[in-house]
Amino acid sequence: MLNFLLRRTLTMVATALVLTFVVFWLTNLPPNLEKLAKSEGNARMTDAEVTSWLERNGHAQPLVKRYGEWLGVAPGWTSERDGVTSGRCIARGALPEDSPRFCGVLQGNWGQSTVFKAPVSEIIATRLGLTGILMFWVMVLMVPSALLIGILSGMREGSKLDRVLSTASIATTATPEYVSGVILIVVFSSSMVGLRWFKGTATSAMEGITFENFFLPVLTIALYGMGYIARMTRASMSEVMTAQYIRTARLKGASFGRVVMRHALRNALIAPFTVIMLQFPWLLNGVVIVETLFNFKGFGWTLVQAAGNNDIQLLLGCSVVAVAVVLVTQAMSDMGYVLLNPRIRVS
Amino acid sequence: MMEELGWPAIFSRLAFQFWPVWLALLLVFAVSVRTRRRSGLYGRLFDSPLGMVGFGLVMFWVFTALFADLVLTFDPLGQIAQMKNKVPGTITPDGGVYLLGGDNLGRDVFSRMVMGARRVLSIAPAATVFAFMVGVTLGLPAGYRGGRLDAGLSFIANLVLAFPVILLFYLLVTPEIRTTGLPVALAAVLFLFPVVFFTVLWNSRFFTHPAKRNLYVGVTLVLGLWAWSGLAFDADPLGVWTMEPNMLNVFVSVVFVNAPTVFRIVRGLVMDIKTRDYVAAAQTRGEGPWYIMLWEILPNARGPLIVDFCLRIGYTTILLGTLGFFGLGVSPESPDWGSTINDGRRLLTIAPHPAMVPALALLSLVLGLNLLADALREESLKD
Repeated sequence: MLNFLLRRTLTMVATALVLTFVVFWLTNLPPNLEKLAKSEGNARMTDAEVTSWLERNGHAQPLVKRYGEWLGVAPGWTSERDGVTSGRCIARGALPEDSPRFCGVLQGNWGQSTVFKAPVSEIIATRLGLTGILMFWVMVLMVPSALLIGILSGMREGSKLDRVLSTASIATTATPEYVSGVILIVVFSSSMVGLRWFKGTATSAMEGITFENFFLPVLTIALYGMGYIARMTRASMSEVMTAQYIRTARLKGASFGRVVMRHALRNALIAPFTVIMLQFPWLLNGVVIVETLFNFKGFGWTLVQAAGNNDIQLLLGCSVVAVAVVLVTQAMSDMGYVLLNPRIRVS
Repeated sequence: MMEELGWPAIFSRLAFQFWPVWLALLLVFAVSVRTRRRSGLYGRLFDSPLGMVGFGLVMFWVFTALFADLVLTFDPLGQIAQMKNKVPGTITPDGGVYLLGGDNLGRDVFSRMVMGARRVLSIAPAATVFAFMVGVTLGLPAGYRGGRLDAGLSFIANLVLAFPVILLFYLLVTPEIRTTGLPVALAAVLFLFPVVFFTVLWNSRFFTHPAKRNLYVGVTLVLGLWAWSGLAFDADPLGVWTMEPNMLNVFVSVVFVNAPTVFRIVRGLVMDIKTRDYVAAAQTRGEGPWYIMLWEILPNARGPLIVDFCLRIGYTTILLGTLGFFGLGVSPESPDWGSTINDGRRLLTIAPHPAMVPALALLSLVLGLNLLADALREESLKD
């Protein structure tokens, strides 16, 4: 087990390093840096001025060196101009002697956002908090209803109830968030249909969450994931229901309800658990779309703003968080599978 | 006050407008139902009602894309200033009808939706085919050989899969990235896989008949490399194969995102199938590894692959819509469904039809593909 954990962690760290390096490379491509120079310095810079600006701000160094600095394993750059030493780790007005040699993500220095004019770590913390609330309610709505649908349709495969619920789950997996979101807004908040039960934006939910302003975004994300989890649960449930021990339990005289609840359920829920964990990266997609659609200024909205406005440091910060979420949930899904399923041995 | 048609009139006109599509659908269904006992898995599709619905929806959009020029009523890019945000059924100043209303620039929503079908269906299936070529060509040896090759390829596949799709799109589908040549480099690698696949396919089968082998491999190489030079580098001397840089960027990114999943599926299937007796028999006969992979294992893995192919076209359609929704890699005038939804969503509470029409179109196409895949899975499990 220990060996397995060690190898898993090593792979994870390697993956994280490669991924952040790729993101770093793609966000620090020459055209992006040129745009950065022009937006930070002066829009009418000549090519020579751009080059010297990039050199002064440490962007002209080799890519690996810059990545090391950003990560915090290479000493930050310094440059001297007019007798004043400036550098990556030297705050404006601070003395070079007092400043640390390393300042990167590992030291907790995530850089400064150029769009929001605030430290990246602060922005991400607040935005992630807002998205966390959204995700919490999505999970509360999605997981129980998906499991219920899956169990109900899987316990009697081929029944009329199964047909109806399966078709409904297929329909929700076929409806991406930007489609279901649009339909839900039109039906429940436009003047054309006239129901006006909910609000079409979730901007006000950032101050205070009410059922009226938060239900539609939560439902939109939950719907897309629900069908998939329900279908996995159904497949696993119908497989368990054909097992020998279920027949034994039935022949013993246990009632159908008891067989489902006591005998089938526990074994049927192993597969959906891993699926739910693996849904997180997908949910991230949904979060970005829904936050844009409903104008809820959380993590997904921030990612879009950062990417759209060439905010390199913020985009890098967002990617670190996104990659971490994906990797941690993948690892949790593997671990959970091993712990839940006694038939799997790792060694 | 402009004149408007009521909903019954709108629907009857819409139904009439699709006449080439209905005709083609009728023909396909008549022929398919008549020959369903002789056409294998495809024929058995017509035994399941949901499968027929799915197939019907998919073919409806395929024929709409094919006959788009006959179906549409207006130029999808043409703007009529008086028709901005008009409700469905409004009559234009020169006597035509905007069947599904006008959008915020006064363009015909119906015609844009029809043209959007052509755009979506010209990218999604092709991108899925390429993703399958890449996934199959790499997944077969990874599953069959195992060992270090498998470990390396799986690590790379997991890397791509651990990337949040949206982030990848934002990084890969930007106008700036084109100046770095990265999309062209990616295209050069990804588009080479079909050529490699078919070359190995023919060579492994016919290497004992050099004449036949030389002909097949030669034709594949000439055609493949010709298309490859045109599509990836825009360097086709005859100018037949070209791809707009914007389109190339989108296409490459979608293939890149989909290929690792296909790789994992193929690898898993191969690891299962390679323990079968017929593979052992082929090994005992002394067949080469590529022959066994491509002519023994691959045909026997076709069931799950066909099902995944249908699902994946739907997923690719969703991805393309996502790209359009964020305005990535599409020209602002483009009628594709994702960007029309994005254009329409700003006025959603006042004029919902410009966003609703493409949203329902996309929904029905993907739903059709998913129903089709589900029916195929069920019918193929029956034997």
